[in-house]
Amino acid sequence: MKLLRLAPENTKFGFMRFRRVSYPLSATLSIISVCMFLFVGMNFGIDFAGGTQVDMRAKSGAANVADIRGRAESLGLGPVEVQQIGGESDVLLRLNVQPGGDAGNAAAIAKLRETFSSDYEFRSVDSVGPTVSAELVQSGTLGVVVAIIAVLTYLWFRFEWQFAVGAIIGTMHDLLLTVGFFCVTQLEFNQTSIAAILTIVGYSLNETVVVLDRIREVMRKYKRLTTAEIIDMSVNAVLPRTIMTATTVFLALLALFFLGGHVIRSFSAAMIWGIFVATYSSIFICSPMLIYLGVRADAFDRIREPSPETAAGGAQARADNAKARV
Amino acid sequence: MLRFARWKLASVLALVAAAVLLVVPSFLPADAVDVMAARLPAFMPLRQIVLGLDLQGGAYMLMQVDESSVVKTQVEALRDDVRQKMRDGKIALSGGIAAEPRGVLVRIADQGERDRAYSLLQTLSQPIGGPLAAGNMRTLEVAESGEGVRLTLTDGAVTEAVRHAVTQSIEVLNRRINAMGTKETVIERQGANRVLIEVPGLQDTTKLKEIIGQTAKLDFQLVADPGTPPNEVETLPMQKGGGTLQVEKRIMVDGADLIDAQQSFDQQTGEPDVTFRFNLRGAQRFGQVTSENVGRPFAIVLDGRVISAPVIRSPITGGTGQITGNFTLDEANSLAILLRAGALPAKLTVVEERTVGPGLGQDSIDAGKRAAYVGGLLVVAYMIATYGIFGVFADLALAVHILFIFASMVLLGATLTLPGIAGIVFTIGMAVDSNVLIYERIREEAHLGRSVISALDAGFRRAFATIVDSNVTMFVAALILYLFGSGAVRGFAVSLGLGIITSIVTAVTMTRMMIALWYRRARPSRIPI
Repeated sequence: MKLLRLAPENTKFGFMRFRRVSYPLSATLSIISVCMFLFVGMNFGIDFAGGTQVDMRAKSGAANVADIRGRAESLGLGPVEVQQIGGESDVLLRLNVQPGGDAGNAAAIAKLRETFSSDYEFRSVDSVGPTVSAELVQSGTLGVVVAIIAVLTYLWFRFEWQFAVGAIIGTMHDLLLTVGFFCVTQLEFNQTSIAAILTIVGYSLNETVVVLDRIREVMRKYKRLTTAEIIDMSVNAVLPRTIMTATTVFLALLALFFLGGHVIRSFSAAMIWGIFVATYSSIFICSPMLIYLGVRADAFDRIREPSPETAAGGAQARADNAKARV
Repeated sequence: MLRFARWKLASVLALVAAAVLLVVPSFLPADAVDVMAARLPAFMPLRQIVLGLDLQGGAYMLMQVDESSVVKTQVEALRDDVRQKMRDGKIALSGGIAAEPRGVLVRIADQGERDRAYSLLQTLSQPIGGPLAAGNMRTLEVAESGEGVRLTLTDGAVTEAVRHAVTQSIEVLNRRINAMGTKETVIERQGANRVLIEVPGLQDTTKLKEIIGQTAKLDFQLVADPGTPPNEVETLPMQKGGGTLQVEKRIMVDGADLIDAQQSFDQQTGEPDVTFRFNLRGAQRFGQVTSENVGRPFAIVLDGRVISAPVIRSPITGGTGQITGNFTLDEANSLAILLRAGALPAKLTVVEERTVGPGLGQDSIDAGKRAAYVGGLLVVAYMIATYGIFGVFADLALAVHILFIFASMVLLGATLTLPGIAGIVFTIGMAVDSNVLIYERIREEAHLGRSVISALDAGFRRAFATIVDSNVTMFVAALILYLFGSGAVRGFAVSLGLGIITSIVTAVTMTRMMIALWYRRARPSRIPI
């Protein structure tokens, strides 16, 4: 049976040539992301901004957004945001943090129930006071920072420093672009978004480690090639695997995005974006770094190998065959 | 690599069977599971997976003890103690005892008296944590100044009081909420000053907040005589009928000493009333107050409102009494419940609240299931299309992997939330990565010229290090998320973490097993991928 191969056999793309394009592109995108974050900002959900969010469903017929907004605004609870979600009878109503801090929020919910419970079913009510939202912002930020430090430490031990620098730049790039994604799409940024960010960091590192592992292995075998050639060879070798894994994760996330419901939609969207960015960065960002940092194959001559392998790795393989017969 | 001991095979199959047994109950209706569980011996766990509130529907509330109300109570108690000490020491006060934000100021003009007061009041300060506690943190700071003697509550004392208030509140809330008849309610401490409440199935938190909001602070205070100095008197509204009453600020008997309250009928009028009973200390105090104040009206104050103010006819030393106040049967009953459950020691504010109705919960479960099935199907199909029979092996390993995730969640009692389901769907995509690494290696080794068997062997061996590496990185991310996340997001971290652990096991072990079995049967001459 003819098997499906999305990545063609024995590709020999000159990935490293692209670095003159990919680096400026990534730099631009990163700068744009930072600017968007500073000037446009993310759409913070109530987890981080505080406030109240109510998911209402009309008890009969379609929900009347304008009417809901009008009635809610007349309650004097500050600015009201009303959005239609899912079907036409589902509506999301959002209030900011009420004056009077935590106690004010509770009173606001009571008012909303009074006004709307005759016509609408309250499917979910979420209310976060200013104290807790501040704490969530803190723990979210701290979580991301700790993750970056953990990544750095791991790379420090696992790889030589040039590899680590490349990897960390790749990961930071993914982080920035994900932030930019949230700013551009204005998807709600809440706790599950932090989960998405940390997962993307993990995935990005995953991809990077696979490529760097292969580069290290190739460097040990083929000492006479230039760094660019080594990197190209390694990336081409892992390309099938990279595309495969990206595809399977993408398929799973696609199912989640379309079928998972509105509660985790922003999470799945961010993750899908993250997969693309992480795959892109492991090929085009972290590996070329090695060229700039002056990594050379003979740098790995420190350990003397008992049977130095040559470019004809096949000879070794044939010798292994003889030993491994079952 | 391809030699598999029989016992290894058997134990793997046994594990899979055990996992199936653990997971099946979650797909059966709850009552069936209870019936089955009752028949099994105690050591065999048969339970359903724990669903988070966002999937089963329910209310989650996080309440914070209001520090200022705790301080206020402490200050009032302190003032009464100081007054008692001054009376016992027969020290003349020049200006009374003023309440301050964090303590009291005793105004004494005369130097000599001040010194006496100072040494007397020193004894009020105690080590934090009780008389036998270690450490030198004390509850009060006593200082003498030109105006008199100032006593201030230390920060340590306040923190300890807040902590104590949380413990008491949990007890009181337990009793109150259980009286509502809800099952599986979780009430626990969170940090130094917060209480977490989870009530599965509850949708409207209004009634719950009402019950919690009532402080039910019962006090007994004497009605003030006209001649009493103004700073010892406060005006309190009547519970019924409007109007106010002047009562002495001093609390004669604390409602905390009340141990029982029952609704009953007044023997003379036949009207509903509430009979109450004190503990030993309360009974003594009550007896003392009533003996000393025969003929005076005694106000019974609930949450700052006077319920009734009967005149003390004779000393009551038995420690029991009645509260009448023109109650209806309902009112008398509610009051009795409130008094029985006890007074909440401080004000509780809701700082976070999340309620999910059962409709949305069920929709989320359905959506999650759909996404999982479709996502799984897509991945399975893709693997078979790309790797043929090896893809089938990988898919079987994937099925076992998902089984193991659920089984470990049931075993650990971990909670499944909607983000948790998302995590499982994500690991469906990620889990095949390990297999992909192995298979791509096998292909490479085969292209280099190795024989079938040595290509298989080399593939597994070489890929292993990379598999461990890549999974470790994702696991660290999941761990950090677990530590820094809260609520539903933690469910995602748990699913991801468990998924990673089980995927390393199944990808390597199960796939190897299946390929070994296939090789022995099929004896292929070339690698089919």
